[in-house]
Amino acid sequence: MKIVVLCKYVPNAISERKFVDGDFTTDRVGVDGLLSELDEYAVEEAMKIKEAGDATITVLTVGPPPAADAVRKALQMGADAGVHIVDDAMHGSDALATSLVIAKALEKIGEYDMVMAGMASTDGEMGVVPAMVAERLGIAHVGYLGNVEVADGTVKGRRDGDAAVEHVTAPLPAVVGVTDQINDPRYPSFKGIMAAKKKPVETWSLADLGVSPEDVGLSAAWTSVSQVEKRPPRSHGEVVADEGDGGAKLVEFLASKKFV
Amino acid sequence: MSPILVLVDHHDGAVRKSTTELLTIARRLGDPVAVVIGHGTDVALPTLSAFGATSVVTVDAPDIDDYLIVPRSEALAAAIEKVQPSAVLLTSNAKTKEIAAHLAVKLESGIITDAVDVQPGPDGPITTQSVFAGNYAVQATVTKGTPIITIKPNATTPEEAPATPSQETIEVTFSERARAVKVTDHAPRERTGRPDLNEAAVVVSGGRGTGGDFSPVEHLADALGAAVGASRAAVDSGWYPHAFQIGQTGHVVSPQLYVAAGISGAIQHRAGMQTAKTIVAVNKDGEAPILQLADFSVVGDLFTVLPQATEEIKRRQG
Repeated sequence: MKIVVLCKYVPNAISERKFVDGDFTTDRVGVDGLLSELDEYAVEEAMKIKEAGDATITVLTVGPPPAADAVRKALQMGADAGVHIVDDAMHGSDALATSLVIAKALEKIGEYDMVMAGMASTDGEMGVVPAMVAERLGIAHVGYLGNVEVADGTVKGRRDGDAAVEHVTAPLPAVVGVTDQINDPRYPSFKGIMAAKKKPVETWSLADLGVSPEDVGLSAAWTSVSQVEKRPPRSHGEVVADEGDGGAKLVEFLASKKFV
Repeated sequence: MSPILVLVDHHDGAVRKSTTELLTIARRLGDPVAVVIGHGTDVALPTLSAFGATSVVTVDAPDIDDYLIVPRSEALAAAIEKVQPSAVLLTSNAKTKEIAAHLAVKLESGIITDAVDVQPGPDGPITTQSVFAGNYAVQATVTKGTPIITIKPNATTPEEAPATPSQETIEVTFSERARAVKVTDHAPRERTGRPDLNEAAVVVSGGRGTGGDFSPVEHLADALGAAVGASRAAVDSGWYPHAFQIGQTGHVVSPQLYVAAGISGAIQHRAGMQTAKTIVAVNKDGEAPILQLADFSVVGDLFTVLPQATEEIKRRQG
């Protein structure tokens, strides 16, 4: 079974995340970056499938040169190979262009049974790219799964929605999205870290995919940002120590704001 | 004025509060056209009329409940074809964002997700998003196709504007590909009787400081008519179901009032609530990071402070 896991290199939420002056794009180069935490669950789930049977895992990412770190982390967790799409023309791409490039990369990879993804990136947080990729490739997408079972050319899973729990099934090949409830991603072992150094990583440009630079990037985006404003940090208000009347003081505050 | 399509979020016709917010926003932009997918238009009609729908379009198919996403995006595409709106508004949740994603590719239209405000602009609707854990406010527009915008609950206060909508029904048959993903089982979650966490105006959350006993949190929530939330620490300890987790990998909420009890305020929790209009914290630790965000804090034991507050609220309510 061949699994491709979509991964994204994102700015670390603990460090300062910011925008590039002048074009309102996310600064992906001048910041601390890492494999998006929610993608680790997809890598881990692919690893569990691999360990239960016979599968190979290829990690696919689209990103500037530092995104190689995201690929490396996934290889350290046990993925077998990496594909990294790098091209300056991608700068400022929207989700639609990203999904186009991923779809073209999957077509170039050729044969695959499952494309796995996390539930959203931790920077853009849109959660739309996997569904768009499925739509472009004309294959099924099952997202938001809390568990995954693969057998006889189908994938089955449980969606833990807000209003209901649903069980879904789809034929392979399919795009499969998983939540952060599905497993506990492993920390790379020392052996995994050393083995990752020898695993193959291919680097492709847009030309390798047959994608025109005019179809991607900031000028091709179907949305446009007009303004970015840093919000002043919330400053703390009144702090009272409970001296037997803390609850009463709390309600006085709520009443002053008309919540009571 | 041009039609603005609003996808109605409903269960058998019971319309969710966030849809009334979408209709209110739609009225700023044009004439709201409410789209009901599946059964329940008769039940939904009074609410849709009360909040200003000028037209209600029902898209039905006998097997709609057997499928989840792509058929709904095909149904919505059929409605868009008929109505020719200048924008499409959906509420933001996992299911609708997937529907919107398929639709964006299908229609070759730009998409903006998780808007916290939408205002009319010279080149189409201008959205505001709150990004990077609420540290930045971003304004944007869609520049290609029919703007598809998903809007977070609590983006506005719903305003009634009674109307008498015209009605029509569109029948669809779904494509082969749309029917590839099947729902084999559907179990609605038990209603708690409390408001939906994503839509609630007030949320009271408990964390590690509860030690597993959420009763003071629940009693305060009930006195305030609020939803109950839980920190990741509380959920990971098995004290409260994951469905109620607030944080980067749980629910991101923006209520009028957020009360954090026994929650230290780690970054990933803050990402889930820091755009709340008013934040109150109750914590034994005067150095807890959450106090930096709070408009009012009580440093004390939540097991004394919360019950006292609950009693006082009940006393005032008479």
